[in-house]
Amino acid sequence: MTAKSPVEISQPRRLGYSFRRNLRERFIEALLFLTAFASVAITLAIVVMLVKESYEFFQHVSIWDFLTDTQWTPLFDDAHYGILPLVSGTLVSSAVALLVAIPLGTIIAIYLSEFAPFTVREIAKPFLELLGGVPTIVYGYFALLFVTPLLQQIFPELPGFSLLSAGLVMGIMIIPYVSSLSEDAMRAVPMSMREGSYAMGATRFQTAIRVVMPAAYSGIAAAYILGISRAVGETMVVAVAAGMQPNLTWNPMEPAATITAYIVQVSLGDLPHGSIGYQTIFAAGLTLLLMTLSFNIIGHILRKRYREIY
Amino acid sequence: MSNTDKLHEIRAIIVRHKRWDLMFMAVGMFALMIAVLTFTVLFAQMIIDGMPRLSWDFFTSFPSRRPGSAGILSAWVGTSLVMLVTIVAAVPMGIGAGVYLEEYAPKNLVTEIIEVNVTNLAGVPSIIYGLLALGLFVYQLGFGQSILSAGLALALLILPVVIVTTREAIRAIPVAIREGAYALGATKWQTVSDHLIPYAAAGILTGIIIGLARAIGETAPIITIGAMTFIAFLPPSLVQTEFPFLSFEWLTSPFTVMPIQMFNWVSRPEEAFQLNAAAAGLVLVVMTLAMNGLAIYLRYHMRKKIKW
Repeated sequence: MTAKSPVEISQPRRLGYSFRRNLRERFIEALLFLTAFASVAITLAIVVMLVKESYEFFQHVSIWDFLTDTQWTPLFDDAHYGILPLVSGTLVSSAVALLVAIPLGTIIAIYLSEFAPFTVREIAKPFLELLGGVPTIVYGYFALLFVTPLLQQIFPELPGFSLLSAGLVMGIMIIPYVSSLSEDAMRAVPMSMREGSYAMGATRFQTAIRVVMPAAYSGIAAAYILGISRAVGETMVVAVAAGMQPNLTWNPMEPAATITAYIVQVSLGDLPHGSIGYQTIFAAGLTLLLMTLSFNIIGHILRKRYREIY
Repeated sequence: MSNTDKLHEIRAIIVRHKRWDLMFMAVGMFALMIAVLTFTVLFAQMIIDGMPRLSWDFFTSFPSRRPGSAGILSAWVGTSLVMLVTIVAAVPMGIGAGVYLEEYAPKNLVTEIIEVNVTNLAGVPSIIYGLLALGLFVYQLGFGQSILSAGLALALLILPVVIVTTREAIRAIPVAIREGAYALGATKWQTVSDHLIPYAAAGILTGIIIGLARAIGETAPIITIGAMTFIAFLPPSLVQTEFPFLSFEWLTSPFTVMPIQMFNWVSRPEEAFQLNAAAAGLVLVVMTLAMNGLAIYLRYHMRKKIKW
């Protein structure tokens, strides 16, 4: 008799088996925890890296100058380190983009969620999702070589690089994000609320504006915030189409560099590691991160405050 | 006021409100059309400009000073190698984190921090990942301006996408499957590796494809780590004739990728180069659309096929 039936395995061996098994389980759990914790480590690494290099930067430049100087010329002999021109470029191009994306995206979302026939929605939704995946450099190409010449026919004085054309294309680029997320939020509103509204004699438009939209408010706000974050952090469209010249302006018809465009411009050159020029891109990056972070926090608060639970 | 007058008034209100309905319907359709038409015109323009440049030679030539003979060989090879690094780094980490958060994580502060953090990471602009990679991978760890640094930067960028889709795919599996496995004496890891991950595979794959489609088109982080725009050579080969047959020299090689090549051509004033940019853009768009299309198809197919 060679094969042992399970009953014959001695108690200590079974315990040993279960001990090894437990050990393996614990080990795997620890490993999985590490992979999950890696995301926190990434965030910490981002913050540490940006703060460390920015700290070096602020050893040379006072924070007051950084925030109030109206010129950004770190690579010139007469160096000025005022972030305002880059911030104004970022804000103007983002504002143009949002003026396009938020109205159009919202209207499309309401239409798809409340009005459109089934087939239109089934075709339009994946189409919009596909467009969200197009590389941003391709939109940069459109902005520079297609939209700018087109706009120049309407406004002959428009320069070859402008915040307007970069912003417009960025807006079109963001429409899919805004409309897709807002539509999801509106679709999540329970049917019974619409039925109640219809039963009271409301039309579709009234139901959409006065019942569905308020109920989906937190989701729609989240979509807008995502759109804003995208616009502020967008790089290639502005780097290609808005020019690389820092310019303190609130006029979208002018060329101006954004924070992201400046980082690209410096990276394309060959600045030595540890030089002040190298540190400026980290200070600019920190500013950008703080800007997107504050938008995200506002979004979070809005979502929490106006969340409707059914 | 007589009854008929009231009736007329009510009818007028109804007509007016119905008119609003119709008007909004028209506006909605118009907005959708604007979006669709703009996109169609833009892409049509790119196809018209880029199509004539697309030929076999375009894929097998290096970039050149003469626009007519310039190609995207080094760019697509670079993109493929960078994607390889990204997959190797992001897939195990993303799936591991997704599985942990969905199956293992206790309800405590650490878990909540990780969850909030993943959501926040998804909102960080891509160029910030470039700065992280520049400081950490290129200088601190000494990987240099190489394929390895770029692949890792993109892996960090798409990590949240992989984590979120893994979680969604695993969450969709009914509890009964887990209970069945536990009832037969399976350990947690046996349940996860033999049941949950295989059943969630299609969903996870969808997430990986969407993440990679995003990574392929990312330009900003790769420019930030200082990838060169003019590369007229290929990285060392992956395989060699001597033992151990695999070579890892390519990891540290300088490189360029498709979007950077396109950026380079777009920013040149000569029109001939801009036609090259259109052609490169066309290749890039077809690649990302194909990947996203595959992901949408997989998701749709999965939804229809799986009946728990």
